[in-house]
Amino acid sequence: MQTGKCLDLSFLATQSKASAGVARISQDLEAQGLPAPWAGDVKIALAEAINNVVEHAYAGLTPAEVEIRCQLHKTWLDVLITDTGNPLPGLCIPDGILAPLGSTLSELPEGGFGWFLIHELTSEIRYERSNGRNRLSLRFDFVQTV
Amino acid sequence: MALTSTTNDATQIIKVHCDRIDAAMAIQFKENMRGEAEGGAPRVVLDLTNVEFIDSSGLGAIVASMKQLGSDRRLDLAGLQPFVEKVFRLTRMDTVFKLYPTLDDALSAATD
Repeated sequence: MQTGKCLDLSFLATQSKASAGVARISQDLEAQGLPAPWAGDVKIALAEAINNVVEHAYAGLTPAEVEIRCQLHKTWLDVLITDTGNPLPGLCIPDGILAPLGSTLSELPEGGFGWFLIHELTSEIRYERSNGRNRLSLRFDFVQTV
Repeated sequence: MALTSTTNDATQIIKVHCDRIDAAMAIQFKENMRGEAEGGAPRVVLDLTNVEFIDSSGLGAIVASMKQLGSDRRLDLAGLQPFVEKVFRLTRMDTVFKLYPTLDDALSAATD
């Protein structure tokens, strides 16, 4: 089985550690050859997925480690994000439908963009809950989209 | 989250001196924007030239900043790097804000 180049990082699930962790892993992936056109997409999808862990999975809990495992192949990247926080509601990946922009200033949404962006920027999302751990897999195919 | 502000005629320019607006700094950004923009000109241009990364929390904080200005003032955005611009485009926020490639473009544009 092809394994690609492996990159692992883990950090405490707090906002400041997550911010630094995402910056670090994005830099490392670029140094390992992540094609430039996808670097930005990968960075934001990771940031959103990890923000969800920090803000929702560990909501009301003492933050523990979040582990990121990347396998960079020539034409795709697999990222596995593991945490020991609360499961996704209903054990389902949220749809990520963009909230309507509304017609007035006060109706403009200030949130709800996170899962939408993850869906937009990834090729495949898988989620599994086992042994008290959340395992979210994101795949990025390096193919040109029109 | 360092912001600095200057005012030209009817435009207040608020410059972000930070390379990212993400979940770790969204609340601080919103508070600092409220402080900087208070009592300023009717048009506010947020200069994002230094910002290399924004996530959904950062985007939400910019939307909240526009709401804080109320309906008599407006917030335009300038100096968006390609990645930052992409986040606005994907979330369709490019239809809500006026986006200018550079601060000069924003300043020379008609202010209606």
